[in-house]
Amino acid sequence: MNDRKTLTFALMDPPYESARTTTAFRLLHAAIAQGHDVNVFAYEGAVALPFARQAPHANATHGRSAEEERHPVPREWVDALAAMAREKGTAFDWVNCGLCVDERGVGEAVACARRGSPADFWKMAEASHNTLVIGTR
Amino acid sequence: MANYLFFESRDVFESNDVQRLCELAIQLRRAGHGVALFLVQNGTLSARAGVAASRLHQAIAAGVHVLADEFALAERGIGTERLAGGVEVAPLGEAVGLLAAGWKAAWH
Amino acid sequence: METLQVISGAYRATYEEQDDTILWLTQAMVAAGARMAVLLRCNAVNYAVRAQQAPALAIGTWQQAHPPAIAADLARIVASGVPVHVVREDAEARGLRAGDLAEGVHLVRQGEVADLVARHGRVWMW
Repeated sequence: MNDRKTLTFALMDPPYESARTTTAFRLLHAAIAQGHDVNVFAYEGAVALPFARQAPHANATHGRSAEEERHPVPREWVDALAAMAREKGTAFDWVNCGLCVDERGVGEAVACARRGSPADFWKMAEASHNTLVIGTR
Repeated sequence: MANYLFFESRDVFESNDVQRLCELAIQLRRAGHGVALFLVQNGTLSARAGVAASRLHQAIAAGVHVLADEFALAERGIGTERLAGGVEVAPLGEAVGLLAAGWKAAWH
Repeated sequence: METLQVISGAYRATYEEQDDTILWLTQAMVAAGARMAVLLRCNAVNYAVRAQQAPALAIGTWQQAHPPAIAADLARIVASGVPVHVVREDAEARGLRAGDLAEGVHLVRQGEVADLVARHGRVWMW
């Protein structure tokens, strides 16, 4: 596909703290849906997004059990983007900043996320058609 | 000449810096560049007609293409009929299209 | 003792939480017997808008079952007898009209907020 591009995104916010996380994942979704290859560099708190031990919960206030509530857990979003990319035949590479992972103790990540460093971000940006940084405010 | 895509996630009430980004967009446009300002999240609160503090109308008058995320508008109950003149409702995928087209992108 | 929950920020991670965390917290504590009131100010005045209709998220192959329903949450809070106040000047500055707001909320002027604060034993400003 001639229009297929490589786009890199840097994320920085931890889960459950900012609307930026939702918008960032919507951008990733739209990019894959349009057939682009997508790289993600997760920096600082964002390395907890693919943390494998996130657990959905019930919501008594809304009167729903855990099964009914299907509470969003971002690790499922990361996995779901990888699954969508496989279906579309595009590339999806999620790199967690290793030092950020270590200081937070969130090394146990979903399988599609890999450990890396700022050097990976630089290489991804160099090899991409465009890069969008979504920093913490 | 280049093309610039600015994501504005904040609103004029919470951050004075929002006006600065508007000024930057206007300056770049007046210098002959293509400029799109894509309102997302609470940035869309500035798009409601009657928001006196907003400088969006100045940006629009200068030729900045101002878009507002349809998803964020619905979340906040801002109907199309209540938008300030010149603001275009758009899906977020439109921003991805600009990214893929090589527009220099920055998030605010 | 009645507690005034002052909410200023809005739409922070509401999609991941499927709720606003402080509106949720208020409902949970009221259910446990707490006496509370809510003051919506700054961007949180938009929580009183009836027309809010958050779409369901689709992320990759994942589909959201329950998007946030802030208007319904607020209506439930009002129905439970919790007074909900909205700062009029903040609503007007954001282009809101009285008809945009949920039934049962009370518009208060900025100049009346001090009295509201003074009438509550506890004031929690989130």
